[in-house]
Formats: sequence, C-alpha cells, structure tokens
Amino acid sequence: MKKAAIHLEDLSISYGKTPVVFDVEFSVAEGESFALVGESGSGKSTILRAISGLAPDWTGKISVLGKPRGHAPDRAFAKTCQMVFQDPYGSLHPRKTVDDCLAEPLAVHGIGGRDTRVKDMLDAVGLDQRFRFRFPHQLSGGQRQRVAIARALMLEPRVMLLDEPTSALDVSVQAEILNLLKKLRREQGLTYLMVTHNLPVVSFLCDRMAVMRHGRVVEIAKVDALKTGRLANPYSRELYAASGGTLQPA
Amino acid sequence: MIDWLLDDSPTSRLQANLGRAWRVWTALLRNPLAVVGALIVLVLVVMAIFAPLIAPYSPVGQDLANRLMPPSAEHWMGTDELGRDIYSRVVYGARITLLIVTMVAVIAAPIGLVVGAVSGYFGGWVDRVLMGVTDIFLSMPKLILALAFVAALGPGIENAIIAIAITAWPVYARIARAETITFRDSEFISAVRLQGASATRVILRHVLPLCASSTIVRVTLDMAGIILTAAGLGFLGLGAQPPLPEWGAMISRGRNFILDQWWVATMPGFAIILVSLGFCFLGDGLRDVLDPKQGEKQ
Repeated sequence: MKKAAIHLEDLSISYGKTPVVFDVEFSVAEGESFALVGESGSGKSTILRAISGLAPDWTGKISVLGKPRGHAPDRAFAKTCQMVFQDPYGSLHPRKTVDDCLAEPLAVHGIGGRDTRVKDMLDAVGLDQRFRFRFPHQLSGGQRQRVAIARALMLEPRVMLLDEPTSALDVSVQAEILNLLKKLRREQGLTYLMVTHNLPVVSFLCDRMAVMRHGRVVEIAKVDALKTGRLANPYSRELYAASGGTLQPA
Repeated sequence: MIDWLLDDSPTSRLQANLGRAWRVWTALLRNPLAVVGALIVLVLVVMAIFAPLIAPYSPVGQDLANRLMPPSAEHWMGTDELGRDIYSRVVYGARITLLIVTMVAVIAAPIGLVVGAVSGYFGGWVDRVLMGVTDIFLSMPKLILALAFVAALGPGIENAIIAIAITAWPVYARIARAETITFRDSEFISAVRLQGASATRVILRHVLPLCASSTIVRVTLDMAGIILTAAGLGFLGLGAQPPLPEWGAMISRGRNFILDQWWVATMPGFAIILVSLGFCFLGDGLRDVLDPKQGEKQ
C-alpha cells in the first residue's frame, strides 16, 4: 500500500464548547481523490478546516504525508498542502490584483522568479494573461475560482483540500472548473480531499468517498458504488436516491 | 491616456493602481460639494506654499501709526493692534494650520490604525487591553485632554501637535477594529494564513489596506475638529506663541477690541470656518467614493 497522504485517527473537532465532529477515521492514499459527502452541517468542511489549521480545537491525530499536524497554520505545512475555498467572491482580497494575489505566497516563502511563475500559473489554470492585473471585481465567478485554484497551486503543494469548489458557480462554469481540477490532478499528481454534497461531482472527480452525517462517518465506499447503487448504509442510500440514483441491494 | 487608465486589462501593476485611482478621482469630481471642499483645501495648500508671494506685507512687521485700521484697499482685512496686516497674517497662518493638521494626521492615523487592526485581528485579551486603553482616552473630552497634555509638556506648536495627536488616535483605533472584525474570519484572510504568512504580514499587507479608506474619510472629516482644537489651544495661549500668526491666537488677541474693531477677531475666524468647512465637504465626498459599504449601495 502507498504512503497515506492524509491520515485521520479518532478525530473529534469542536467550535468552542460545541462538538461538531466525532471520532472520524480515514486515510487518503497519495495521488488519490477522496470525497466527503453529506448534508449541510454534517461536519465535512470542519474536517478540512481542522487539517489546514483553521479550526484549532480538535483532539485525536491528523497527519499529512506522514507528518503529524499542529493546531495552527504553519509555513512548512503551507508548502505541502493548500486549500481552495467554497466562495470565490469571498476568498480573494478585494483590493489586490490577480498578480498580487498569486505573487503573495511566493513573497511569503521568499521564492524568486515571481514574474515567470505567475505567468506560467495563469496558463496552467487557463486564464489569459490579460487578466493578470485585474481586480477581483473585474472577474466572473469562474475566473475568480481559477485564480483561487492558481493561488493554492503557487507553492506546488502535493495535497489539495477542496471545500465545495464548484457549489457557488453556475452549471456550465462548474463543468469547466471540474475539468480543470481533473487536468491539474493528472498533470501534477495531486492528492485531493474534496468536500461536496453533489454526487455527480464525486463520480466525476473522485476515487473513494466517505458519507458523513451528524459529525460521524457512516460509510466509506468506492466511487463505483455510485454507478451500481450498492451502498450499505441506509443514510447513504437515501442520499443516493435523493440525487436520482437507482438503488441495488448492497 | 484616459483609455489607458480605464483599460479593462491593464498590463502592469502601476497601470492597474493608477486606473483605480482615476476611477476614484472621476467619481469625486461628480460630487459638487466635494469639488468645493477640494478647492478650498487646494487654496489652503497653495497659500501655505506661496505665502511670501501672496501676502502683501510681512506677517510680523509692526506699523504702530496704522494700528486697528478697518478693511480697505491697502489692508484687505484691516490691521491689528500692532498695525500688522491681518490678511498677510491669515495667509501665513495657513502654514501653521496645514502643519498642524498634517502632522496630527501623520502621527494619529497610523497609531490608531495599527492599534485597532491588532486589537481586532487577535481578539481575546489583546483586544480587551488595547480597547480598554482606547476607551480611557476616548472618554475624556478632546480639548480638556489636549489642555492637560500641553500644560504638562509646556506651550508651543510642537507640543500642541503632540497633544492633539494623542487625543485623536482612539477614534481611528475604534474604526479600524470594527472594520477588522468584519473580515477577520473571511476566506481571503484564511487563505493568506494558510500560505504561512505571519500575523504581522497579514495585518500590514492584507488587513490595513482595507481599513485605510474608512480611516482616510474619518481623518478628513476630523480635520475640522483638529483645526478647531488647535485654534482653541491657540486662543487659550497654549498653542502657537506670539508673534506666530496662528488663527486661534489671532482671535484671542482680537477679543479685546471685538466691539469696536470687529475685523481683528472676525477675519481669522472666517478663515477657520472656511477651511473646516472645506475639509468637511471633502471628507463627505471621499466617503461616498471610498467607503466600500456606501459605494455598493449606489
């Protein structure tokens, strides 16, 4: 078996005194694309936030590429794992141009050759060079999400945390972003841990998925199960039926 | 040139920033009151820079034969009790006023911004301590606090500037804190933190630029208050010392003759009102243009 890119053990997370995630355990292999699905408030995004260090109140074990995680964001971790947020309208600084936004991680880590790196990254995410010095309000939602993905990739991380990267976009743009994510993963050998409540997105982009409900993982299944409808847990079956799938006996 | 500024796809950082500045500028020009305010402030600046060329007489040259002359063709605003030309003194006084408002803004605004942003960004006990100090300063009336400081530091224009700056920063700290709290947990700040940026970097490069516009607006609106406080200190003899032509001090001298020789106190009074009004208009106009929340409504 390959080394685990992300490994969670007995992970419980709380916001202040309110516990939201209980005893979650799973591992994502290197190069795998893993989805967390479930209804709103089931704790999917919270797991991503705990891994990245934005939700510091957790107990248990989190390790990324074999290294245990601390409870806050740190510089070394930033180079291995980055996150793409759900809302492309809220995740870009309103007073900074695309260029500033992409050059910032390079400046933080003292990496040179910023000019060429920014240009190459714009090409990689399919943004024309003329967008380079625009402000976020001069971009469409899909373009903004491309910038957000480019920003996450600037440090060449190997693990990407995707927090519903397409749910704030309209359908045609969703397809573009999903294709982009698929292409980037193939080209750069990235590991994805993706949160979504959209099952078709899962079957398009992911290898395995964990179904979450009320802060617990109720089932971990291969993505093939979505094609055959062979899900074991009653809640997973409900979720699958709700998104239009035909159930088969597990 | 304008096409270059308004280009949808700027080709350099400079062009993008100039383009944004240009849009703010044209929006400001559409507001007539703001233009009036800007003109008044511009006149003040020009007067201060070219005072020796504009003023017909020396601001301190005495002419006891011509004391307390009413306004005339020779002395547009009359003369004071030592025969000095009031118009020339008002023109030179622009230098002192401008010095005071810029120095106060340069000292107070950055202090307030940093205190407020640090307080809002970290929250918790840092917030409680910093805001406690801010509240203590905020709870005391400005002029009284400034008086106390000048009394402790000794009268003079530098000390008046320091005293006013010390009383002015808490408001900016409050504004910056309130702004910071609204976007402290937003995703674009989280994203920079995830990139490994230090708290200092996040505050200086990402938080402060967003607080800056509302602070600029507030500083401009406060200019009137600063001028009045400076004039108040001058009036009480604690600001600029004679023979410096400070407007507040001039009013104070004119008080003795206010019933018979009204122009001695009135002329510098007009100058104070006009300049205060100019800053208020400009501040109002800037708020409409710069304040992101106001801007979205339009």
